[in-house]
Amino acid sequence: MKPIVVLGSGLAGYTLVRELRKLDRDAAITLVSQDSADFYSKPMLSNALAQGKTAESLVTTAAAEIARQLGITLLPHTEVFGIRRENKELQTSAGVIEYGRLVLALGADPIRLPLQGDASEAVVSVNDLADYAKFRNALASAKTVAIIGAGLIGCEFANDLAGAGYAVTVIDPTAYPLSGLMPEQAGSQLLAPLSALGVTWRFGAAVKAIDSDATGYALTLSDGTALSADMVLSAVGLRPRIELARSAGLAVNRGIVVDAQLRSSDKDIFALGDCAEIDGRVLPYVLPIMHAARALARVLSGEDTQVEFPAMPVVVKTPAHPVAVLPVPRDAPGTWISLAEGQGIKLGFFDERDRLRGFALTGTHSAQRSEMVKQISAV
Amino acid sequence: MKVWQCVVCGFIYDETKGLPEEGIKPGTAWADIPENWACPDCGVAKADFDMVEV
Repeated sequence: MKPIVVLGSGLAGYTLVRELRKLDRDAAITLVSQDSADFYSKPMLSNALAQGKTAESLVTTAAAEIARQLGITLLPHTEVFGIRRENKELQTSAGVIEYGRLVLALGADPIRLPLQGDASEAVVSVNDLADYAKFRNALASAKTVAIIGAGLIGCEFANDLAGAGYAVTVIDPTAYPLSGLMPEQAGSQLLAPLSALGVTWRFGAAVKAIDSDATGYALTLSDGTALSADMVLSAVGLRPRIELARSAGLAVNRGIVVDAQLRSSDKDIFALGDCAEIDGRVLPYVLPIMHAARALARVLSGEDTQVEFPAMPVVVKTPAHPVAVLPVPRDAPGTWISLAEGQGIKLGFFDERDRLRGFALTGTHSAQRSEMVKQISAV
Repeated sequence: MKVWQCVVCGFIYDETKGLPEEGIKPGTAWADIPENWACPDCGVAKADFDMVEV
């Protein structure tokens, strides 16, 4: 039997292998990674600074140790150039690798906004451990940081950096924090607590250009104003890595197109995690990855099963004002209603039959996440 | 009393505080949390991933 080959050593790839090993002790599994394949907690990249974590100390299990524990063949620092589907083989920097079934857990790339100016290339984004190491190095000589994007990752970094003593400015063309996830009533709750930490907000403006100046970078915004910063961090979202799948002739859309069995347009190739579009949805969060990995492990071990996603709240790690949100699709019919206020806010989203479909919990209300999920499950 | 952190998502469990909203009383040691408990942030079961002491 040719091995199950997994491309990617992030949460998706490793969780899949771990779950698969529980169901099948003997299957030959090869995991190929373009980086060191050491395991670390990716969600911690945007809140590790205040905890004094270096890139090295974020590694919880070294690659060789995982390979030993799970009984897999691990190929770190290996590039995959192409998939020859007709021969079921991969062309890689370590030579040709044959697969029985192939799992794409390739992740996503940070979106880079097209910016003008002589320093537009100096923009930093933090999407993996190597990025984090570079980010920490650059921070050593910085005092002020401009963050592009007031979404989940931008807000987490703002809290982390401001908490560590940096002067942070967050720039976003929308009107309030987390606008992609929740209504203004909830998102605006973050304004004051983060301002109190030292965050300056610049909403309604986009960064147009970044140029070098005497001490760091000069940013020009779309409203004509300017600001300077020692470092510019971009956090404007992720783009699924689909090139390998596209060039192999697999169906791709925003992500690699897979069904509820995580199967692509080739019956022997599967995808999950940030690179995948599962039944039309790209869900680059921890909980959907865990559910998809468990379902795919069952599929690969021969069970006829489909992934089912329960209500999966997204947690925003902003200790100055914690947030838990169960977002609803933009066009979902219904209304956001305030259920409680005080230290933060508790909003519920109710459909036309008055059923709870989503929620936004901020501040002390964020602790009621499990309770709210139960109310939704009961629907 | 210790503080623990989920290796997958970074979730913090503080034994002193417990997780009252999950029915885990303040002062509950990690060892006394039931085996079927799962991390509220990422759903990882206690048995699957160890919590690392912070």
